[in-house]
Amino acid sequence: MNIESTLPGYLEQSDAVRARFDRIRQREIILEVRNLGKHYSSAQGDVEALRDINFKVHRREFICVLGPSGCGKSTLVRTLAGLEKHSSGKVLLDGKPVLGPGQDRGMVFQGYSLFPWLTVKKNVMFGPEMNGRDHDEAERDARLWLDLVGLDKFADAYPHQLSGGMRQRVAIARALVNQPRILLMDEPFGALDAMTRAKMQTHLLDIWRNIDITVLFITHDLDEAIFLADRILVLKAHPGEVQEVIEVPVPRPRSAASLSSPEFRATKARLEELIHPAAAQESEEDQVVKPHMIRFTNVTDNVE
Amino acid sequence: MGNIFRWFVPRSGKAARQRSFLGICSFLLPLLVWCLVSYVPFIWHPKILVVDPGGVDYFQVGMLVDKSVFRDELANMQLQHLGVPHGEPANPIYLPAPHQVAKAFYTAFTTEPEQKDGPWLHESLWHSVKIIFWGFVISSLFGVPLGILSGTYSIFGRLSEPFIEFFRYLPAPAFGALAVAVLGIYDGPKIAIIVIGTFFQQVLIVANTTRKLDTTILEAALTLGTRRISLLTRVVVPAILPDLYRDQRILLGWAWTYLIVAELIGTSTGITWFITQQARYQHFDNVYAAIMMIGILGFGTDLLLAKLGRRLFPWDRSLDRT
Repeated sequence: MNIESTLPGYLEQSDAVRARFDRIRQREIILEVRNLGKHYSSAQGDVEALRDINFKVHRREFICVLGPSGCGKSTLVRTLAGLEKHSSGKVLLDGKPVLGPGQDRGMVFQGYSLFPWLTVKKNVMFGPEMNGRDHDEAERDARLWLDLVGLDKFADAYPHQLSGGMRQRVAIARALVNQPRILLMDEPFGALDAMTRAKMQTHLLDIWRNIDITVLFITHDLDEAIFLADRILVLKAHPGEVQEVIEVPVPRPRSAASLSSPEFRATKARLEELIHPAAAQESEEDQVVKPHMIRFTNVTDNVE
Repeated sequence: MGNIFRWFVPRSGKAARQRSFLGICSFLLPLLVWCLVSYVPFIWHPKILVVDPGGVDYFQVGMLVDKSVFRDELANMQLQHLGVPHGEPANPIYLPAPHQVAKAFYTAFTTEPEQKDGPWLHESLWHSVKIIFWGFVISSLFGVPLGILSGTYSIFGRLSEPFIEFFRYLPAPAFGALAVAVLGIYDGPKIAIIVIGTFFQQVLIVANTTRKLDTTILEAALTLGTRRISLLTRVVVPAILPDLYRDQRILLGWAWTYLIVAELIGTSTGITWFITQQARYQHFDNVYAAIMMIGILGFGTDLLLAKLGRRLFPWDRSLDRT
C-alpha cells in the first residue's frame, strides 16, 4: 500500500506528454465510432455484444483496446474491419461509413492467417495484385516491406518454415503493403512466447514511428497495452461497453526501462482496478470450475 | 523383448526403413498364409487328386474327389481285392497355388482368346482403364466445381446437398437397366454407372473439404481487398488443393470398385469379361491373376499419385504426418 501512495496518479502527465497529446488531438480523425452496438441471437437468447461504443482515432495514433475475455474486443475489431455487421451506430473511416472489408483497413489476426500455399513474398504481393497492381510493381513493393520487417532473406520460404514471430512479421508486411489508413491488430502477439512478444512489440513501435500508419491494437495483456498505446480503451464485459479511455502518461520513446517507470506502474494499477475489481466477483468460469484438491503424495513428502 | 515392444509405440514416426519394412510385411503375411494353405498338405486340402484310379471304374487320372469319397472307395477296393486307387491331398480347383497364379500373370497375356475375335487380356485391361478414366473425368468435371461451390457458398450447399445426400443412397448398379435403355449397350451405360457411383459422393466430400478451410484465411483475403470470384479462384481453390487432391485419390479408388458391376451392364467387356470367361473354363489361376491386376493397377496409380502430390504441394504439412 505504501508503495502505491508514492505513485503519481495515472492522470498526471508531464508537460512533454501533455504537449504530445495536444498535438495528436489536432491531427485529423481517421476512424470514428459512433454509438456502435451489436446484438446477436445465440442458444442463450439475445446477446448484447457491444453497447454504445464511442471513440475517435486520430492520424498516427496508437490505440489499444483492452478488456477481459468475452468483452467483445474481438467483435469490435472485426466490425471495424467489416468482417461482421453491427446492429446500430456508425463506423466512419475518413468520414465515410464502413460497409464491408476493404484494403483501406489492414488487419493482422491472432492466428497465422498467412496463405500456406504462397511463399512469403507472394503472400505480401497478394494484396497489391488483388487491387490491380501489376506483377513487377507488386513484387517491388513486397520486397520493400519484407526488408522493412527484416525478412527479405526469407522471401522464397513458405510460411510453415518460419517461426511464429516471423510469420506475424510477414502478416504485418502483408497488411501494410496495401497502405491502409489504419492497421487493425487482433491480439497479434497472443500466441507468441514472452521473449518474442517483447521483440515484436518494440519492432511494431519502430514501424509505427517510421511510417504514416494509425494502429488499433486489441490485447488482454495490461503491460502490452501500456507499453504500446497512446490511449487505452478499456472495455468491460456483458455487455461490451467502454469503461474508460486512458491517456497513457508514459513518455515516448519507450523502452524496456519504461516498464518500471512510475507512470507505467500508476497506469497499470489503474487498469488492474478496472479489469480485476478489488471485490472480485467470481467469473462464470470460477463459479462452475471448482477444483477439489486431493493429496496424492505422502504427508511427509512436501515440496514447499 | 524391449526391442519388440518399442515397435508398438503408437505414431512414433519411426525411421522410413522400418515403415517400408512393415509395409512389405503387410503384403508378405497374407501371401504366407496362402502358401501354407497351398503347399502344406495337412492344412486344409479337402480333396484328393487321383494319381492312379486302381479298380474304381469312374476315377480318372487328374480327377479331384472328396476325401470321404476316396476313403470309401479305397475301403471298397480293399474289400473286393481289386487294385487300390492312389492319390494325393489337394485343394479345390478354385484355390490355385501361388506359383500357378504367378505363372498366369504371364501366360494370361500370351494365351489366345477362346473365341476367335475375342479380345486379348491386354486389350481387355486397356478397355477397363478407359471406362474408369472417362467415368472419373466426367464425374469430376461436374462434381468438383459443384462441391467447391456448395462448400463455399451456403446457398449452393443448402440447395444441392439434401438431394445429393438422398441420391447417394441409391445404389449405382440399380440404374443399369435404365442406363442401357438410354445409352445403348456399349460403353455409354458403363461410364454412366461409374459417374453415378462417384459423382454424388464426390460433391459431398469436396464440399466438406472446402468447408473445413480455415475462415481466418478467407477473412485475411477479404481484408486484403479480395472480391467475389477471385476469392474462389485465388484463395479457396489453392487453399484446398492438397486436400482436394487427396479426396480425388480416394474417389478414384471408389470408381474402381464400381468397374466390375459397370462392365456387366449391356455387353460384358473389359477385365470383367475376361474374368467371367476364364471362370467359365475353370482357369482360376487366370481369374486370380486378373483380379490381382485390378488391385495392382489401382494401388499402383494411387502410389504414383501420392508421390506426385508430394511434388505438387511442397507446402502441404499434412503429408509429413502420415
